[in-house]
Order: sequence, then structure tokens, then C-alpha cells
Amino acid sequence: MTELNQQTLTDLQAGAEDAIGSAETLDALGAVEAEVLGKKGSLASLKKQLGGLEPEQRKEFGQLVNTTKSAIEAAAEARRSELSQVARMAQLEDERLDLTELRDEVKRGHYHLVTQARDRLEDVFVGMGFQVAEGPEVETAWYNFEALNIPDWHPARGSFDTIFVDLGEPEQVMLRSHTSPVQIRTMENQEPPIYIVAPGRTFRTDVADATHLPAFNQIEGLVIDKGITLGDLSGTIDAFVKAFFGHDVKTRLRPSYFPFTEPSAEFDISRADGSWLELGGCGMVNPQVLRNCGIDPDEWQGFAFGFGIDRLAVMRYQLDDIRELVNNDVRFLRQF
Amino acid sequence: MKVLLSWLREFAPDIDGDPVELGEKLSALGLAVEEMSVTGKGVDGVVLAKVLDLRPHPDADKIQLVDVDAGDGEALQVACGAFNMSVGDLIPFATIGTVMPNGMEIAQRKMRGEMSNGMCCSAAELGFGDDHDGIYLLTGSADESKLGSPINEALGISEDIMWDLEVNANRPDAMSVAGVARDLAAGLGIPFSFPEPSIEEVAEQVTDLAKVEILDPSLCGRFLARVIRNVTVGDSPQWMANRLTALGMRPINSVVDISNYVMLELGQPNHTYDLNLVPNGHLRVRRSRAGGESLVTLDGVERQLIDIDGVIANGADDAIGIAGVMGGQSTEIGDTTTDVLLEMAWWDPPSISRTVKRLNLPSEASVRYRRGVDYGENMDRAMRRFGQLIADSGAMIVGGQIDESGDTPDRTPIRVRPAKVNGLLGTDLSAEEMSDHLESIGFETSAAGDDLDVTIPTWRWDTQTETDVSEEVGRLFGYENIPRTVPKGIEPGMLSDYQKDRRRVREILVGAGCDETQPMPFLAPGDLAKAGLDEHGVTLSNPIVHEESVLRTSLLPGQLKTVAYNQSHRSGPVSLFEIGHIYLPKDPKAEPTHGDESLLPDEREALCVAIAGGDATSAVAMLDLLETELSLPNVQLRSAEPAGLHPTRSAEVFIAGKHRGEVGEVDPAVAEAFGVSGRVGWIQLDLGAVLNGPHGKKNYRRVSKFPSSDIDLAFVVANDVSAASVATTIKKSAGDLLVDCSLFDTYRGESVGADARSLTYALRLQATDRTLTDDEVGTLRQAVIDAVAKNHNAQLR
Repeated sequence: MTELNQQTLTDLQAGAEDAIGSAETLDALGAVEAEVLGKKGSLASLKKQLGGLEPEQRKEFGQLVNTTKSAIEAAAEARRSELSQVARMAQLEDERLDLTELRDEVKRGHYHLVTQARDRLEDVFVGMGFQVAEGPEVETAWYNFEALNIPDWHPARGSFDTIFVDLGEPEQVMLRSHTSPVQIRTMENQEPPIYIVAPGRTFRTDVADATHLPAFNQIEGLVIDKGITLGDLSGTIDAFVKAFFGHDVKTRLRPSYFPFTEPSAEFDISRADGSWLELGGCGMVNPQVLRNCGIDPDEWQGFAFGFGIDRLAVMRYQLDDIRELVNNDVRFLRQF
Repeated sequence: MKVLLSWLREFAPDIDGDPVELGEKLSALGLAVEEMSVTGKGVDGVVLAKVLDLRPHPDADKIQLVDVDAGDGEALQVACGAFNMSVGDLIPFATIGTVMPNGMEIAQRKMRGEMSNGMCCSAAELGFGDDHDGIYLLTGSADESKLGSPINEALGISEDIMWDLEVNANRPDAMSVAGVARDLAAGLGIPFSFPEPSIEEVAEQVTDLAKVEILDPSLCGRFLARVIRNVTVGDSPQWMANRLTALGMRPINSVVDISNYVMLELGQPNHTYDLNLVPNGHLRVRRSRAGGESLVTLDGVERQLIDIDGVIANGADDAIGIAGVMGGQSTEIGDTTTDVLLEMAWWDPPSISRTVKRLNLPSEASVRYRRGVDYGENMDRAMRRFGQLIADSGAMIVGGQIDESGDTPDRTPIRVRPAKVNGLLGTDLSAEEMSDHLESIGFETSAAGDDLDVTIPTWRWDTQTETDVSEEVGRLFGYENIPRTVPKGIEPGMLSDYQKDRRRVREILVGAGCDETQPMPFLAPGDLAKAGLDEHGVTLSNPIVHEESVLRTSLLPGQLKTVAYNQSHRSGPVSLFEIGHIYLPKDPKAEPTHGDESLLPDEREALCVAIAGGDATSAVAMLDLLETELSLPNVQLRSAEPAGLHPTRSAEVFIAGKHRGEVGEVDPAVAEAFGVSGRVGWIQLDLGAVLNGPHGKKNYRRVSKFPSSDIDLAFVVANDVSAASVATTIKKSAGDLLVDCSLFDTYRGESVGADARSLTYALRLQATDRTLTDDEVGTLRQAVIDAVAKNHNAQLR
């Protein structure tokens, strides 16, 4: 048995530190630790001899044994940390990936551009206190024309370039040529006050080309309340345009004519270069239109406005051919 | 309507300033400027030339060789593609080095071997009008002594401003130079007046030569007639030809040109008859006979008339013209005409509109009649103006004027309440300010207490109500001066539940990798049948193209075309969806809804998903996703053979017991017919019915803190028993403790026999208040096995 003295402890510590230093794996380190620090390890067996010493010596050597143990433990811990780091680095290296080698496997679909424009418009108007109303795309002459104060002989009627369908008498049923029939349907079915926008598909006998489609989308606004003025129309359009296009965009109203509004106006928005772009038509709802819907024009007044949705998408992305909106080429759809 | 600055100044001499600002003023008055241009500038290098010789090009049919004298007396050869010239004609000629308004530089060049030393020009090429048709012939209008002079000098044209204005249907007055001048003068606050034309009449009286009878006063409000003798039909003076050209009208002859000039200047259309072809100068104004009658119009076409059409008949009651629309050939002015019967009338606008529309015969005259021309003193003025202009060429005006009346608009003053006007416009104008604005454009006003009595001028037929008058006040006050406000009574806005859910459907499908499409809803005849569907759809009366003449009754044909289009562009597998309307022809036996709405088709909003590169199972998986995310109750797939779909790989979709659509795969034959290759998974749902039906109810289930017991059960089940029905039995028999049940394996093979397959379900049992004991799990397991065995004649494997 090795005698317990200062030298043996010093040798033990030196030997242990050598063994720890040369342990190349965590397992080897564990084995060294067990051999030196374990219950049946060399330090433990030396410690057993303490019992046979005089109290003075026992105290002195007891402290020495503890110091030695702490030193070895510290060395083992330091080595463990080193070896863990090495092992981690080896593992990480083993896992190395070229991230550019991966193919995109997560695919999301795309909202149609018109849906995107329509949703944005709806959101702005909802924020301004409007509801969203909808109506059928096939309409009667009453809703598309007559209730809107456009009798059959009216010169404006021809300008709508209406697509008629083979139902009823000739020119009695048609694809709606504007979203304005929704105004009539809403006023027939709802008591004022009314604050609605009506987005939807409309139709004209336009040959499809880079700037025209026979089926396109409009949005229509209608407000009926007490004391509504042309100033309210002007202010509402300005507020909408600033919310939708930005606060630096200006608006103006120019007198115009629509049979269903009086006074009527076109509204323009300013371009960056200071010129004006005609966006849509608007006006104060013609009292005759209110009467046609059973609303008393002496009690209620209102305004209406309308403009194209597709054009906004075309403007926003500077599309050079509006037909892309109905071609449904995924190479187009997936860009937005 | 085009106007010239110089012409406007004849009525309002003080019009001045920057042409762009004047154009802005016109726009602000409601006369939107569509185009503005400087006219009469001439083109440096373009001179007056004379045609000396014309001969065919030896090697070309479409061009000829022309010798011109460009002022130096020498013959200069030019190749020219127009053939409307004759030897001796005066023409505008662009010499070598000229840069044309379109930027083209004229150079000496060889055309098919022949030298061309310049270019003969059309009016449009010079910016002198819209006429692209042939070379601009100046014979009679230009002074031959000025050969070689700059073209505008030779024509006596000086620089001018042209505005092309968009005139709305409610502005009959602005369809004339004078009317535009009246508005602009009012807008600028400067004087406006008519130079009143004067004429000298001969002693002979028109009443001895002509007679007019208005038999239908509802058709004709006023009819004026004069007789002019000693008329010679020749060329118009150059100044008149220039103005007509600048306003887009081609000079024709002195009589036609004066007619057009008066119409453009004063807005009064007019018609001339050869008096000698109208027996006794007798005109009868009436509707066409009920049985119908016909006449040959000026364009040589025989027109059948019906009882709504207005006609002018001769004394024998034979129609010789269609009122306000087109004259007849039988009384047309010709080379031999010496005596002219001149008509100026006011026609009922709706009557003229109906006939123009019915015959599809629009004209410069009828476009004015349809808006309502001036029935007041402007008609007399236009008569005198015509006489004044034609007298310049030596014609004699017979004394007096026939003036017959029918029904003209009611001119009772309109009571206008300033408070109402301000309440409509959002202004705070006094009655006096309103009155000033109205009088500036010829409305007469008088105070009636706090209100105004307003008399509408005769040139504003469309203006009839207090609201119409308010618009005039607003227009002249200036829309830009009206303070901007927003309505006060706005309540919170929101989308309807349906609209929110429809957005959610889009979001789910986009999240699942589907691209949204929006094809137009038109189909070609035969598309529906090609898709295996009922061939009957609502047809368009006036389709733009035959291939787009039927309204879809299903989204299937449109989506198959879209898939085929994308496949042909090699875009790989595509998953597409669409939300759009379909238009189902109504069952004729169906109860009519109210009014003519019963005519409308049964229009529905449909949803479809097309998965090209997937199959029926991908479609069902997509439907499952919708079912889960929208919480659709009791979704059942019932075996069926829906039209257009794969007969053994499709099912009808029932939601809460109602048939709501189809799911499965497109019939391979249908796919092939549309040029689609491979399988196409397909869903089509009646979205309106689905989202308006029960859905979206989420039942909260507390998340358990206790462990679950997972058991797998495999059953051998006959092929004709659906996996969904087995799952239903499992769910019912396991009760509330079953938190999940999914089919995770299907096995077919010898060991289970040809008529059956093995279905393996993974069940997860779990309580929220305890850990389930082995006994409880065992009891439930046996209950499930027994129920499945009993209900489906299945065996545990």
C-alpha cells in the first residue's frame, strides 16, 4: 500500500492531471475520473489511511487530501469542457449544409390582383363607416337603367354599350353595365341612413385589347342620410383618396353629367407631375332616383360615386396589358 | 364639340389669356377638354403647288407619278399614294427638307426606281383637321397666284387655338360655338353677345311659295321655313372651309357648308330642299303611318318607317324626309338647284332618339336634336345667319318666314329655394349671389319672398327642376370653392359575415397553395356539352365574339381552359381556385318572383378548386381542410356520378344534410376534350348556400392534462362500405372519450379477399379529469369492435 504522505499526494495529483490531460474522449475522461476519484479509486484508498493517524496529522492530511481532490476535479472539469467543445464542433461539422442547395418546398398560393385591389378598397371604406353591398350580374332594364333615371330613349343609354341576354323581350335583361343597380336594390330593401360600397363585375361590349375588357370590375359608393351635401361628397372622396393613394394626393371635382345624379361630377386625382388623372364619376343622387326607390327626397339626400377597380391594379403595377387579369397565367398570378 | 378661340371671340371678344388656363376654366365649367391644339401654324417647307401631270408608275399599282409646280414654273416629279387629284388641282406640297408635324423628314428618294422630290399632303398630315382621306384639294380655296407661298399664307389661315370638348347629354347649348362662348364668358365674368345677322329680303313672300302644316304637335315644337332663290352651288369661301376643316368637317359645297357652319356656330341643325322638287312648297309634319311607309334617304338607302318615327311629307302626303334624322333623296339639292326651301325645326328629343337608335343613324344634326336644341329666338337668328351667308354668293332671300308651332316645353318659372340649394351643395350663398350666377348664363330670375322664381332659357331643354337649377349654381360658383366636409352620421362599417367568411375561404385556399383565378364568365357554344354538362346556358343577344356568347352554368369549363392554357405554357402542376358567379337558366315552372325579376337566371356564387397534378384524394384532402377550418357541420360524401366528373372517383358533397356540390376528379374524357393532360382533382361548391348555411360553430374542448390511451384497430370491410361510414360508427360507439380517430392505413391483398380491404384506424382515448384505466379502455375498445362488426359486417383483423 502506498504510504500516505505529502509526496504520494503530489504524485497522485500529477499523475491524475497527466491522465486527464491525455484523455481524448469524454469516455476516457470518465474512466480516469473513476480511477482516481471514484469510491474505489486511488484517492479513496489513500483517504482510508487517515483513520490510522494521530489527530494532528489526521487534520493536516485531511486538508491535503481535500485540496488534492479539488484540484483534480477542477482539472477534469476543465478537460470535460474542452472535450465537449471538440465533440460539439465535430458534430456541427458533420451536419454542415449548403443552404442554397435546398429547393423551396413551402408553397403558398396567390390572391388574384383584382381581389387584392378590391379587398384594399373595401377595407378603406369599411374604415370610413361603409358596409359592402352586392347584387346580381344579370339585371333587368329597370335596375340597370330605368330606376336610375335613364329612360329607353335617353342619349346616355347608348353610351353604356350594354351586353344583352336572350331572356324576355329584346333589351329587357342584360349583363349589368355598371354597379349602380346595387344602389337601387339597396335603397329598395333598406331604410336610410345608407352607407354602402358595392364592388363587383360589370360588362360592356368592348373588344378585349390591351386597355379594355368586356368583363371588368367597378366599385360604387352610395350615401343616403339627412342633410348630405355636395361638400360631403367632395370631402368623402378626398378622404378616401388620401387613405388609399396617400396623403400627398389631391382631388378635384369637375361638373359632368349622369342621369342618376344631379349635380354630377367627374373626380380627378393628382399625379406626381402635377397633372390630373380622371378616376371616376360621382354626384348627388337625383331626387327622381330616390322617388323610384320609395325614398322621400325632401327628407333624405345623398351622394353616389363609382370607379374602376381593374384600372387601379393596372396603375399600381404598371401592367401593359389588362388582359392578363383574365388570362390566369400562373406566371402572372404568382408575381403578386 | 370642337371650338376655335377666334370663333369664340366673335361672341365674347374679351376672352384672353393662357390657352391652358382657358382650357382649365372650360373643364371646371363641365366642358372637359379632351384635346387642345394650336391650328393654322402651317408647316415650314409646305407650300402651295399645282398639279401639272398625272401618270401611272411604271412598276407599281398603288402609287402614281405626279408632276407639280411648286412655284418656280418647273415640273417636279413626285410619287404619291393618293389618287384623288386631277390635273390643275392646287395642293399643299412638302418640299425636300420639310419636317412634318409627325416628325417625318421629307427627303429626295427613289420609289420603285422613280425619283420623288417631295410629298403631296392630306389635311391631317398638316394638322389642318382629321381628314386623312386623300390629298387636301385646295382648288377654289387657295389663290393660284400664290404658288410656292407657305401654305397657311396661301390659304389665309392664321394661328388659332382649338379645344375639343366633351359635351354631356344635358348640355344642348354647348353643342355650338356660341353656347360654349356664353359659358366661358360667364365663367370669366366678361360680356357675351350675339352679333345679330341682318338680311335683305326681296318683295316676293314665302307664304306664296311654301306652306307648312304640323299635324303632330308632340313631334315638332316649332318649324321655320324660308325660301332662297338664285342659289348657285359652288365652293365655299376659304375662311369658311378653313373653320369647318378645323372643327373636323369636310367642306363639300357652298350650300352644305353654310348649313354645317350655322349648325356649328349656333347649334341649330337645318335642312335644305330643292323647292322645285317639293310641289307647291308644301310640307306636312307627322308621324309615320301606322301601317308603315318607306322612303329613300340621302344616303341612297330605302328606309322602312314605323309609327313612332317622325316624317316630313309633301303635299301628296308622301314622306320626303325622316324628321331630325335624315333627308330624303327625292328633294336633294343638286347641280341644277336654283331655289331652296330651308327648314329649321325643334323636334321632340325622345322621338328623335328612338328613331336614331332604331335605324342606327346618328348624325351631327340628330346628336343636337336628341339633347334638345334652342326653340327660342336662336332659331330666327340661325335663319338670318344662313340667309346672310348665302346672300354673299348672290342668292336672294324671299320675304318673310313661315313659323309654325307645336308643343314646346313648359316655361313656367321654377320656384327655387336658396336654402334647399345651399343644403344640396353645402354652400352658404345668398339669393342674390345665386341669381347673379344664373343670369350670367341667361336664366331669368325674380325674387319671390326669400325664394327665387327662375325661368329656364329656351336653350336648356334638359333643365327642368330645382335640382337642375342648383347644379347650375354649383357649376358657376365652382365645385372647387365648395367647402369639403364629411357626413356626420356615420356608424361603424363592417363586412357582412358572408363577406368575412368568403375572405376566409380565399385565405385557406391560398394558404394551401392554390392560386386564385378570375376567368371571364363567357363560354363558347358547345363548351358546356364538351364538359359533360347540360348544354343549356343563358345566351348573349349581342356577343362581342361567338366564342364568348354563353354564360357559364358551372366553373368547370373555364377552369379546364385555364388549366390547359397553363399546361401548354409548361407551368408545371397548378392548383387553382375561383370564386365567381354562375348563371343557371331558371326552371320555367318555377314560381315567378316579383315583377320582371322573374326573368333573371338563378345566379349563384360558386367556389371551385382544380388541382392539376393531383387527383380525387387531393381534392378530398382540400375539402377536409375547408371542412375543418370553416367548421362545416356533418360533411358527407355520397357516391354519385356528377356530370363532367370521373364516374368512379367522384361524390356529391352534402353539408348538414343538403346537397352543396361535388368533389372528386374530372372525367378523363372531359379533360382530354379541353386539352388537359393528366388527372385533375376537382371541388365545386355552391358557396353562397354553404356560407349562408350552418357553419363556423367551434366547440371548445378543454385540453387534457392526463395521458391518452392510443389504440389501433384494423377491420376487414367490404369494398362497398365507405371508410367514412366506418369512422362514423367508431365515433358514435366510442363516445366522448374519443378525441381523435384517423384512418392511417388501407390494405388490399389476397389475405383479405378481392371484395374487401383492411382499414386501420388510430384511436386516441382521453379524459379531461383522470387517467383512463385499462378496464375502461378495454371496454371502449370492445364496444367499438362490436359496433363496427355489427353495422358493417366487418371483422377485426
